[in-house]
Amino acid sequence: MTTFFSFKADPPLDLIDYVVGIDADSWLDTLRRGREVLRDNAQKSAELLLNPLEDGEFLQTHRLAVAAFVAGLHGDTAIYRLYLDLLERSEQGKELSPVIKNLLRRGRTLGPYGAYPAGPLSVEDLNGSGFEVLDVNVDRSLARALEHAHFLTFHPRDASVQALERLKEAGWTDTGIVTLSQLISFLAFQIRIIHSLSVLRDVGPTAGDILSESPS
Amino acid sequence: MNVTEQTVSQTDTQEPDRFTKAQLDWHPWLEPLEEGNLTEAHYEGLVDRARAKSPYFRLLARDPEILGARTRSDKDIFYNVAGGLPRRERELAATAVSRFNGCIYCASVHARFSERQGGSPAALAALLETGLLPHDTDLKWQLVEEIARRVSETPVGFSHVHIRMLRQAGFEDAEILDLINASSFFNWANRLMLSLGYPTFPSE
Repeated sequence: MTTFFSFKADPPLDLIDYVVGIDADSWLDTLRRGREVLRDNAQKSAELLLNPLEDGEFLQTHRLAVAAFVAGLHGDTAIYRLYLDLLERSEQGKELSPVIKNLLRRGRTLGPYGAYPAGPLSVEDLNGSGFEVLDVNVDRSLARALEHAHFLTFHPRDASVQALERLKEAGWTDTGIVTLSQLISFLAFQIRIIHSLSVLRDVGPTAGDILSESPS
Repeated sequence: MNVTEQTVSQTDTQEPDRFTKAQLDWHPWLEPLEEGNLTEAHYEGLVDRARAKSPYFRLLARDPEILGARTRSDKDIFYNVAGGLPRRERELAATAVSRFNGCIYCASVHARFSERQGGSPAALAALLETGLLPHDTDLKWQLVEEIARRVSETPVGFSHVHIRMLRQAGFEDAEILDLINASSFFNWANRLMLSLGYPTFPSE
């Protein structure tokens, strides 16, 4: 039994089960396996994005830094700790961990906010803060990626072609931007699943579920 | 903004300035792959070959493996009808999340899907227009809409209170899980749709 999460664990660990603390054959395990294709592909997505066979232009350490940052922005401690731990155990990740912790001190806010195209929805426009990574010790492409992560986490409706241009100026290619966007957006999904399953875990099964499985 | 410039661009491809059930087009800000250059690995990621016609999916096909995992997740959440939440409610959750995050394109598609599955056209129209369901809407629908919204807040606002409310209203745990899955998934989908391109009314 490992005491920390690893994508390379044998037998393999399901990240969501690991973080939420779902044991095999428990009521939550049974519930999750009612949507087995989703369960498998949520895990596969995490592996493809965070433990890729080939880094491509997006280094694994940088992927883990983005993941720790996004989880920290959501304020969900268990998944934040897991990604921070993976970051610290990755190549050159030790130096990045304090950087991420520091950025999180001023990065956290409430979302979603942002502006709509001018018109009847303008009354719903909500101003919120932008976010810049000014630390000169952070690699330029990672700095722009973290800024993009903050924007996409909190105010995606402020999207613009300029946000993508800023990434390109820091060396991101179209394909790299697609992968980065998938990572940040996937994390918004995964963190919500983890949060919600943890709430279910805390509340426990309905009385009826203890005696018999709920009919479907 | 220069007034003339705006007028010219609006006559060409008009960007919607409100939520609508109308069919919209979506235009990428980055270069999608060309249909003629797609290989088997790309089609494996697209899952449905017909998706090769869509510039959105051809853009995501730049990373075909993650597109494939995303698409298979999407299909199990919204199309697996072995138990769980009725499809019109799953699509209502997708619409409510899209409305809350501000994805005009996603909201239009999924309001139509919910309606096609038997969802109330008037309730969906009100949700798109005001961001909320009318007060006289069915309690289950009100709960689906509220939970979809809570799940979409950052930090996530979904709590034990919501589970109690759902169970009291008669939702089974398999239905609650579908609601969590559908709501969480649209936080993935909305962010891609919003940040990689923009919607317009069809050009013709």
